[in-house]
Amino acid sequence: MGWFNKVRRSLGSGEKLDVPKGLWTKCDQCGEIIYRKELEAQFHICSKCGFHFRIGIDAYLEILTDGGFLEEFDSKIRSKDPLGFVDSKKYTDRLKAAQAKTGMMEAVRTGLVEIDGRQVILSVLDFSFLGGSMGSAVGEKIARATQRATELRLPLVIISSSGGARMQEGILSLMQLAKTSARLAELREAGLLFISVVTHPTTGGVTASFSMLGDVIVAEPGALIGFAGPRVIMETIGQELPEGFQRSEFLLEKGFIDIIALRSELKQTLTTLFNHLLNESETVPGPDPA
Amino acid sequence: MEHTVLDFEKPIIELERRIADMRSYASVEKIDLADEITKLERKVERLRADIYSNLTRWQRVALARHPDRPYTLDYVDMMFTDWIEVHGDRHFGDDKAIVTGFASFGGRSVAIIGHQKGRDTNDRIFRNFGQPRPEGYRKALRIMHLAARRNLPIVTFIDTQGAYPGIGAEERGQAEAIAVNLREMAILPVPVVSLVIGEGGSGGALGIGVTNRIYALENSYYSVITPEGCASILWRTRDHAATAADAMKITARDLMEFNILDGIIEEPGGGAHRAPHLAAEGLSTTLEGAFNELCSLSADALIDQRIEKYANIGVYTE
Ligand SMILES: [Zn+2]
Repeated sequence: MGWFNKVRRSLGSGEKLDVPKGLWTKCDQCGEIIYRKELEAQFHICSKCGFHFRIGIDAYLEILTDGGFLEEFDSKIRSKDPLGFVDSKKYTDRLKAAQAKTGMMEAVRTGLVEIDGRQVILSVLDFSFLGGSMGSAVGEKIARATQRATELRLPLVIISSSGGARMQEGILSLMQLAKTSARLAELREAGLLFISVVTHPTTGGVTASFSMLGDVIVAEPGALIGFAGPRVIMETIGQELPEGFQRSEFLLEKGFIDIIALRSELKQTLTTLFNHLLNESETVPGPDPA
Repeated sequence: MEHTVLDFEKPIIELERRIADMRSYASVEKIDLADEITKLERKVERLRADIYSNLTRWQRVALARHPDRPYTLDYVDMMFTDWIEVHGDRHFGDDKAIVTGFASFGGRSVAIIGHQKGRDTNDRIFRNFGQPRPEGYRKALRIMHLAARRNLPIVTFIDTQGAYPGIGAEERGQAEAIAVNLREMAILPVPVVSLVIGEGGSGGALGIGVTNRIYALENSYYSVITPEGCASILWRTRDHAATAADAMKITARDLMEFNILDGIIEEPGGGAHRAPHLAAEGLSTTLEGAFNELCSLSADALIDQRIEKYANIGVYTE
């Protein structure tokens, strides 16, 4: 748990954390130089090798929803520093830096959206905010969004990218796993649908709670998904890990995810699943597209 | 059997040895040393109180990991009767790092689930150092569901450094196994109580720890990541584990402050390993009280109480 730094390091220094600014950008996987505008038009997927660049919440909203949040929930919820945590930096300074860098208050945004005219409760985590780590604020926002889905009898979608529980909030972070999972238990008891979308990377406490609890779990290609981070496993067993270990394709093979979807096909994948799995009463019609 | 003595235990053990020597000398030589012995006994009491009231967090972690500390099956032996262990997850295998079974407690049958560590080298390996794999969590869930169908209260003993980080564990869905337990434990229709008896290591502990009540022995800890793990990430070396333990505030007393625990169970002087029966008595009294309160609640009330308990954990502003 709390492995976001480990994951980040294991990616190697060559891999950029965010899509770089500027006219041209280099693919982290194949080195191809790509025109930035073209990359954006291609869902931030490398046209040469298919590498999925990491993207933020706004990009997911644009790709998946009909015009973003109809209503955003709990946007003022943010972390405090209950432990007075200091390592090489103060946790409060890390939070401020993350807020300044991302323009977000926390590592998740939640709200009501429409996907192809269907109302859906959507939560999206962002790795660029302290590694998408889950502290009290992230846990609370996801738990509340889940509870709203149950109350409104709407389907729930959570898009994950996270290094796990946030160490700087100690045990309070760990308990968010139980909090979010308990709200998902209620949603499930109410007979509602939860689709989990897992993106690169998702490890630790987030996989050990909501990410792996989807009725259907969809992953982007090549995403690192696991409980323990690769470095921890290597240190424990003292040997190299097999090629492709803990990647989406590996999890599909082992039976722990349902579907690998290209980002360009993600919306269609969700829509097809909704078509099959939602019944009339859960399909609140949105405004007439005409 | 050779016992491990921690650095801060040494002065106490030395004095105790002197008292024992004096006693045997007095009885062999048939002389009266009662005054001297009483004096030394008082001294040892004072010394113990002094040392144990000033333990650092890292020293408490050492106590929580003390090789002589009672483990789940030791407490099962001391606290329950008619224990019968059951095995296997019905899918892959039987994880030895989690034990499950049924026993009698205060006149009622209960389900017991606990992490299990080994005592000697072979036993430690057999128990995989108390680090469960997915099949351990799935076995635990199978027994919890059986307990629910038979209307038995459940007690879980928490004592692990964490779920095992290995290739097989990942291949068989460690994350999924723990996640499903968190979800399913939330809605168990029977009373569930957890007792943290040593180490509460992250998701590996929580995987059998979503309960109506959580109590911890005085020298146990519960943490989002081990102090060594946290140190190696944030301080880039495991040598800063003591600093990490302080930063993460992981002792039973800290947990009370964050409203995680329902109570701390005092340990006998010097720690549970110095007088296991006294530790077991403390656990029994607490468990009996908790079951008495919880067994009068309806299934719905138990579920609501449990979900609300976790819903209320967290510190944030809005
Ligand atoms: Zn490429």
